[in-house]
Amino acid sequence: MSALTSLPSISPRRRRTDRIMRGLLAALTIVALIPLVLVIYYLLKKGLGAWSGSFFTTDPTGAFFGNPGGVRSAILGSLEIVALATLIAVPIGIGVALYLTEYGKDHWFASTVRYFVDVMTGVPSIMFGLFIYIVLVKAHIGGNFTGWKASVAISLLMLPIVIRSSEVVLLLVPDSLREAALALGAPRWRVLSKIVLPTAAPGLLTGALLAVARGMGETAPLLFTVGTAFGLTGNLGSQMNTLPFQIYTDIQSPRSAIVTRAWGAGLTLVLLVLILNITARAIARRSRVA
Amino acid sequence: LEASSATVTGGRSVLERSPAARLPDQALKWGLSGLAALILIIIAYFFIRLIGQSGTVFSHYGLSFVLRNDWDTSRNIYHGAALLVGTLVTSAIALVIGLPVAVASAIFLNEMCPRRARGILTVLVDLLAAVPSVVYGLWGVFVLAPKLLPVEKWVASTFSFIPWIGGGTPTLYNYFIAGLILAIMILPIVSAIAREVIATVPAEHKEAALALGATRWEMIRMAVIPYSRSGITGGAMLGLGRALGETIAVVLVIGNAPVIGHHIFNQGYSLAAVIANEFGEAQGIHVSALFAAGLVLFVLTLIVNIIARWFVNRSTHGRRGTGGTGVTLAPAGDA
Repeated sequence: MSALTSLPSISPRRRRTDRIMRGLLAALTIVALIPLVLVIYYLLKKGLGAWSGSFFTTDPTGAFFGNPGGVRSAILGSLEIVALATLIAVPIGIGVALYLTEYGKDHWFASTVRYFVDVMTGVPSIMFGLFIYIVLVKAHIGGNFTGWKASVAISLLMLPIVIRSSEVVLLLVPDSLREAALALGAPRWRVLSKIVLPTAAPGLLTGALLAVARGMGETAPLLFTVGTAFGLTGNLGSQMNTLPFQIYTDIQSPRSAIVTRAWGAGLTLVLLVLILNITARAIARRSRVA
Repeated sequence: LEASSATVTGGRSVLERSPAARLPDQALKWGLSGLAALILIIIAYFFIRLIGQSGTVFSHYGLSFVLRNDWDTSRNIYHGAALLVGTLVTSAIALVIGLPVAVASAIFLNEMCPRRARGILTVLVDLLAAVPSVVYGLWGVFVLAPKLLPVEKWVASTFSFIPWIGGGTPTLYNYFIAGLILAIMILPIVSAIAREVIATVPAEHKEAALALGATRWEMIRMAVIPYSRSGITGGAMLGLGRALGETIAVVLVIGNAPVIGHHIFNQGYSLAAVIANEFGEAQGIHVSALFAAGLVLFVLTLIVNIIARWFVNRSTHGRRGTGGTGVTLAPAGDA
């Protein structure tokens, strides 16, 4: 490089353009990070103030005057709904990924599935909420608005993420491992359960955690599935409170104490999502295949 | 993998498993295939149900549902041109702002960034995608919109000669604020795909450019950008698809007025926002109209995504997956 830049053939104009454009690219990269810094700064500034002793131990009262209450029921609801969504999406997602890598490969059906999973990634999250509303809520299957219906909506949203990330990881499992096991006479299902899945486990976990992080923060699928509730309930068969939904309604309140609660809840939600993200990345870095 | 020689009586290989022992394998294969088929069935089923639910409105209004602008819940009239315009305008703003920044950051991270800073900067850009949309909405409502209002007023009056930008009086919530937040939200997606695509530019192309005496920027302009243009186009369209369908952040900052704004600092409405905002109290044909808005949105994002995937798949040259880990297996000969 040093020999190149010292060549006399590069005119001052070209050198100036080079410097300006490189500076511009670096500057735009910094611009890209400004929103992250600003969002986190304001979350800490306004959210930490809301984190009083009773913030995590009381439920929202729903009353317009007086003490607005905390976010306990919202945290519990969010965790439960996302846990159930994970139980649905992760096994199905890994199953589909196994089909794609172990059986389907380049078969036209596998390609079609792969294509539509990609397309599903781009379906707006509110559409999953509408879908579940039409199929489960409007049809009054197991009650009106319930927590588990929100789980189903969120699991649909998580599915393509799980499938694509799992497929990438499963493809990284060396073929020699599969062939060695098959050569020893192991049937396919044992090869999958004893060789392929354990080898890919950390990577699968990473993908699952990223999907959980995504599902945790989504508000739109909750709008028409989970209903509204303030009180603490662990029953997925009833209407539940969730963190994103509570933030969404709190933002629209004219009362500053409730808006403050939205910032506190926002900070809580971002922390939960960040922890999931960072854990996922840490696992990915330490695993052999990921 | 099957042994074809050494058969015992009955034509079965000594090495072959008995039919009973092969059952779990068959069950697994068909079970997994069934799961894969389930994905297609769910998408198809949703599409059919959505068409069914919104049929009332489309048979009543026809195409004027998206072509005429008169959305009045009190008179029970639903022509949603303003919603479509809002969705398209905010997404266009998001692309105009977000795309250059995303591509610049991808080029910087891949071609110029010191190795030590690259990892952490990449993670930071990716973390933009981790912030939930409701939190962007919260930030937009209480920080971005009020702080930018004076700036918007200044721009609108100073550049009043520019159509669609100047001339009017900016409202607190408007197309621009929504577009700006969408730009932030699509940035990590477009940047990630652009990084992946730029990483596939052969080192020979870049070295050839440098060897011919090109400066770094000329190398980027002549070797990197032309090679990755189609992939970046695909990434931009995926970002567009995301922007079209984003709901919660937009409903909070677009103003939710069913009008077509005359400039970008006017308030408006979007397809996703109207569903989120009005679904709770909608009844009768109003519900059907909201489903129809959903159908328009669904078809719109579907088309954009299908085109986007075509571009991305074409430019990653048969590599699969994301994150630059596209390794294709050789067919194992079984199944």
